[in-house]
Amino acid sequence: MSEAVPSPFPLSTTPMVRAEAVCKSFGHVDVLKGIDLEVAAGEVVCVIGPSGSGKSTFLRCINHLEKINAGRLWVDGRLVGYRERGGKLHELRDRDVAAQRRDIGMVFQRFNLFPHMTALENVVEAPTQVKGVRKDAARARGVELLERVGLAERVHSYPNQLSGGQQQRVAIARALAMEPKLMLFDEPTSALDPELVGEVLDVMRGLAESGMTMIVVTHEMGFAREVGDTLVFMDDGVIVESGDPRRVLSDPQHARTQAFLSKVL
Amino acid sequence: MASPPGSTDTATRPAPPEQIKAVPVRHPGRWVATAIIAVLAAMFVHMLVTNPVFQWDFMLDNMFTPAVLRGARTTLIMTILAMVLGVLLGIVLAVMRLSPNPIVSGSAWTYIWFFRAIPRIVLLFFIANLGALYASYDLGIPFDQQLMDFFGFEADWRFLSLNGNQIFAGFTAGLLGLALSEGAYMAEIVRAGIQSVDPGQAEAASALGLSRGKTMRRIVLPQAMRVIIPPTGNETIAMLKDTSLLIAVPVTTELNFQLRAIGSRTFQIIPMAVASILWYLALTSLLMIGQYFLEKRFSRGVGTRETRAQRAARRARGVGGST
Ligand SMILES: Nc1ncnc2c1ncn2[C@@H]1O[C@H](COP(=O)(O)OP(=O)(O)O)[C@@H](O)[C@H]1O
Ligand SMILES: [Mg+2]
Repeated sequence: MSEAVPSPFPLSTTPMVRAEAVCKSFGHVDVLKGIDLEVAAGEVVCVIGPSGSGKSTFLRCINHLEKINAGRLWVDGRLVGYRERGGKLHELRDRDVAAQRRDIGMVFQRFNLFPHMTALENVVEAPTQVKGVRKDAARARGVELLERVGLAERVHSYPNQLSGGQQQRVAIARALAMEPKLMLFDEPTSALDPELVGEVLDVMRGLAESGMTMIVVTHEMGFAREVGDTLVFMDDGVIVESGDPRRVLSDPQHARTQAFLSKVL
Repeated sequence: MASPPGSTDTATRPAPPEQIKAVPVRHPGRWVATAIIAVLAAMFVHMLVTNPVFQWDFMLDNMFTPAVLRGARTTLIMTILAMVLGVLLGIVLAVMRLSPNPIVSGSAWTYIWFFRAIPRIVLLFFIANLGALYASYDLGIPFDQQLMDFFGFEADWRFLSLNGNQIFAGFTAGLLGLALSEGAYMAEIVRAGIQSVDPGQAEAASALGLSRGKTMRRIVLPQAMRVIIPPTGNETIAMLKDTSLLIAVPVTTELNFQLRAIGSRTFQIIPMAVASILWYLALTSLLMIGQYFLEKRFSRGVGTRETRAQRAARRARGVGGST
């Protein structure tokens, strides 16, 4: 998709994600120091940066697992975690926050599958418990999703009977079961043995081709180059540089980007 | 066993190396210890058989009387009910204890502090005498009479009135005391269980849009169970034994009271004490069987054992003839 076209996304439509000067601190530690980012619907943004630069924290802010301290964050045109009324921000109730999160799928570095449930039960859990989808319908859809990630044979396996790559693919199917508009990936292949990385990236590539909006924190530069529409380099709580992945990877403008890439490439 | 040397099917492969037949290390210490233990055991059995104080026939005749059997039933029912209530109370207290609201977690802490400090026999005695505090215990709007007085009415808002001397006597009083006390211990066990679950689990659940209640019920607690069940088994066994403290209420239908009553009536103290020991051994063994099945139930997804559903699926595929 979108080979070599610099900005294939019309700026007039509502962006899927819009961050304006997003700041987050834990106590006295400023982790995010003003993040500005726009992600269009259907865009795949890859985020790279050194460990501790705030990549995970930023993803967690997008689905309100962390509360931001300053700035504004919108997903699909709606403010995340707050409602603005009369120039004042009101915190959303737990129920409304949960409703916002349904539209955002998240895939974790350590999979976080529910170990007491089979692959299929993992996938069916949220649709039945959150959306109230009927059990048989949810199971049929769950089997479909597991087939889509190549796990038709492992529907009844428990997570500890699956390899890391298979577990991560179940986790992706579990997130997709909620039919999200946006998928967040936090280093989805970092905990995998090298020979298992490919199968997960293949699933993600297929997802990108199907038009899913994705923000992917990754160290897989090949994936970023081939699948990403935009590459964002974060360091020390700010976005240092962003743009077309090929351009950023081959011709980084900032010294910090150059230093980082020289270490990882 | 490996195939015996010289078997014919190894023609294609080189012969396997010869099995090791080494002389094992001798352990003379073990033989000495075994001999000493055997002698002690023999002496013990000899004493049981020859000492006339044990009165085995008398014991057997009296340890299964209808009153004793009813006592065993009361003890078992009391144990199970007190544990069920205690576990439920413990879960509520543990969740409160982990609440971000300091008032909520503080109340849970205070409850746990108080009820863990009070010896059960003291608590039971106190509850049994609560009938003396108020003659009746009413459920209704708090401070109703004061409010009504304030507005100049002569009335109250009470829905249910219970006689204090009835609810704080016998079985109910005993159950109340044991359950309230157990709740405090279970709260700490459940809290340890909840905290043993990877926080990534709750995070993944909220990321999927599960509410906090559902996350706790469906994701966290089932996984916490693995950590909660073994100490809960201990608690249940301790509870079984603590039903003998019900004498402080008193609950006279309970097992130990019944056996002791026979002992003191007939002056056969030792036989009935032995009967007590045997009864508690039997009941505890029964509870241990229950614990075994509970542990198995909640270890799903922990071992790499094939599950029933998987076995069925594999068989179904086998019938299809693909493998
Ligand atoms: N819950 C937290 N409490 C305190 N500090 C945190 C918390 N989460 C993250 N941090 C800190 O924020 C910084 C950025 O973390 P993170 O977003 O995980 O970085 P990255 O994902 O880029 O490696 C780190 O220094 C980390 O220690
Ligand atoms: Mg991270």
